[in-house]
Amino acid sequence: MTGTTLTHDAEHPHAFTRAEVGWLPWLPAVAEEELTERHYDGLVDRGRAGSDYFRLLARDPEILRARTLVDKDIFYNTVDGLPRGDRELAAAAVSRVNGCVFCASVHARFGAHHAKRPDDIDLLLAEGTSADLGERWNAIVAASEALTVTPIAFGPVHVERLRAAGLDDDEVADVIHGAAFFNWANRLMLSIGRPVAPPAES
Amino acid sequence: MTAAEVGITDVVDELAGVEPDERSAALRDRRPVTREQLQASFDALFAPLSDEHFALADRELVAAFATRLTADDAASAFYADRARSADPVAADIVLAEAARAATTGPIGHYREAGLQNENTDGVRYAPSEDAVIALGSRLAAALAHTHLLVYRPREADDTAIQALLDAGWDADGIITLSQLVSFLAFQQRVAAGLRALALAGPAPSDSTATEVSA
Repeated sequence: MTGTTLTHDAEHPHAFTRAEVGWLPWLPAVAEEELTERHYDGLVDRGRAGSDYFRLLARDPEILRARTLVDKDIFYNTVDGLPRGDRELAAAAVSRVNGCVFCASVHARFGAHHAKRPDDIDLLLAEGTSADLGERWNAIVAASEALTVTPIAFGPVHVERLRAAGLDDDEVADVIHGAAFFNWANRLMLSIGRPVAPPAES
Repeated sequence: MTAAEVGITDVVDELAGVEPDERSAALRDRRPVTREQLQASFDALFAPLSDEHFALADRELVAAFATRLTADDAASAFYADRARSADPVAADIVLAEAARAATTGPIGHYREAGLQNENTDGVRYAPSEDAVIALGSRLAAALAHTHLLVYRPREADDTAIQALLDAGWDADGIITLSQLVSFLAFQQRVAAGLRALALAGPAPSDSTATEVSA
């Protein structure tokens, strides 16, 4: 038995952007009316049932649940450690390197909002990881890129640069986890569906 | 074979060489949900409720292939051992394919019109004819998709998903395969990051770090 991927006419984004990029799946998501308690456990937040992306991932509820809980802890647990804006910067930088226009748009918006530095975020989107964002952000971007490339290039020199830029080791660990996590997120988002141009572009 | 069954309670601790009472253990303990759910992710993939759509032995082989492509490190050695335990003959073939196909990334062409000047080229892997015959077209298709996700995620499009469907994968299997390769990209990088942090040695005092940044 051979299936066929879904087809979509919607326009692709033009380039990296902070605007609201859409997303369409290549495979059918679990239909909302067919969601069971096992699926909802995987989704963690019942509100995520509205998303094609999460309902497609709900085909394997157990890994979706663990993935979702890791994601929330790495990015939203800000009682201590790295400020949220810096974590979002790491996510946006990794997405820029891997080429995930959708992920980059979401985390560029979060980064611009939490750090209140929309111009620097736009520079990262336009120029990539060579953009000069000031030493603290340059160090976070360089560390994120070194963790993203294959073979993995992250080493003690990146740790030292983050420390020199003012991060303590708890915060360095947060950079590592945030950047590493987007190597998971980007690969899913890029491969099981595709981005759609923001409303203003199409 | 779950982590518990092989006597490991936390795979990242094993891969990063984290010992209890060390600095790196304290760094991990500070984020108990991340620690616990990272391990729960491993358990969900390698000790699933059902492996009907993606057989356990094939998961081990794909994991060995993916981690060897990403780096020649503790993670790739760990998954190579697991693959050899699951299927020694197939593991040797898969590991030889990985050694042959290991390259650098991320590379690839963008679909977006405004990013065409950032397109890069490199190795685009297809399993050898011998490997397809020995492993079967279904597992061979999974290896091709794994190489794509590891090195060229920006090129992973509908034709790649269609190739998996044509090789006999169904939607549930494709989602688990995608999660497996993508999760390993995370786990291997967390372990590498923690190893680098340990290698860097103890941090200077906080006051020194603040002075430098000022």
